[in-house]
Amino acid sequence: MSLLLNLWTILAVSLGVFFFLAGTLGLLRFPDVFTRLHALTKADNLGLGLVVLGLLPQMNSIHAMLKLLLIWLLVLFSGAIVSQMLAQAVRSGKLD
Amino acid sequence: MTPSLALNLALALLLLGMAGWAVLVRSTQAAVIGFMVYGLLLTLAWARLDGLDVALTEAAIGGGLTGFLLLGAAVRLRSVEHRAMLQAPGLATRILAALAAGSITLLLAFAVLTLPSPAPSLAPAVAENIAMTQVGNPITAVLLAFRALDTLLEALVLVLAMIGIWSLADDRVWGGRPGFAIAHDASGILHYAARILVPIGVVIGGYIFWIGADDPGGKFQGATLLAAMWLLLVLAGLRDAPRVSSQTLRLWVVLGPLVFIGVGGLGSWVAGSFLGYPQGYAKLMIVAVELALLPSLTLILGLLIMGAPKREIGR
Repeated sequence: MSLLLNLWTILAVSLGVFFFLAGTLGLLRFPDVFTRLHALTKADNLGLGLVVLGLLPQMNSIHAMLKLLLIWLLVLFSGAIVSQMLAQAVRSGKLD
Repeated sequence: MTPSLALNLALALLLLGMAGWAVLVRSTQAAVIGFMVYGLLLTLAWARLDGLDVALTEAAIGGGLTGFLLLGAAVRLRSVEHRAMLQAPGLATRILAALAAGSITLLLAFAVLTLPSPAPSLAPAVAENIAMTQVGNPITAVLLAFRALDTLLEALVLVLAMIGIWSLADDRVWGGRPGFAIAHDASGILHYAARILVPIGVVIGGYIFWIGADDPGGKFQGATLLAAMWLLLVLAGLRDAPRVSSQTLRLWVVLGPLVFIGVGGLGSWVAGSFLGYPQGYAKLMIVAVELALLPSLTLILGLLIMGAPKREIGR
């Protein structure tokens, strides 16, 4: 059982790291703010999400698991807000 | 090479690289952003060293709050930055600066490398006496019992810093509100963020404050989070910044330091030394001081970011 859980952790965290890599690559290579924001959200949503899902079975209490999930949700939320604000600032010409 | 060593090495290299970037990059704003990233990396480094209390404080105060203050300064300096860049200092000045900075680096490196091993430590003394303070987190015991005077002075320094920032105000607007008036946009994204995030942030801030007695956390980290939530409300236009002439505001700002000094005075009367706690009441006193400091620190940290008064009273 614990072998299976460990396998799950390795798989999910590796996949999460892949999305972080892809997001970073996009951030560096994409031509404008909108596409770069699109790349960043991949790292936040999928990357961090998979890392959190992968780490869940390694926690020794429900309390710690809930904290991890809360961190993911908070990052999702702030990422969504910040992307909106950046995109709005660019569209209104306050930023380039 | 073990994975943990590789991670430490990567972290150290990233820290050095980020520090170099913050010093060498030409744009002030980019340097400040570099400094904030450096703070986040330093947080990771402290967490790797099992200094979770320090890591939390670095994330909240070192990277977060200080970074935010510096960012504000960079924005204010933007109009003169270009002109300042043109007035490049002469060769002699540069050589002198390089010599001074270089010798400080060498001195620091020398000091670190010649530290006795094992380093002198008061940790055993703290572990021996922590039961007396009735708190479980040794950091809290040091900050509020064994070295309470340092913490008191820290709180007073913050009040002084706030007064210093206020005193930058024009005479015309003295006593008014800091920052610019922000129009409230009920369909705006910040309005939405403030409505959702502030209740969650207040609960987490309170949790971090309360857990500080036995686990990493405490009033400074909690107060930073609460101050951030207050700033979010102000930025979203849901609440205006307070008038700095408000007596209620000033009362709350000095409440924490006053209670701290009062508890200290009580100590010299009951326990025989300033800031000494009477036998058996240490935990109660510590919680009282922390509880009084929390609102004061929240207000002070928020007001530090809001800056000097900019609008006349009544506007």
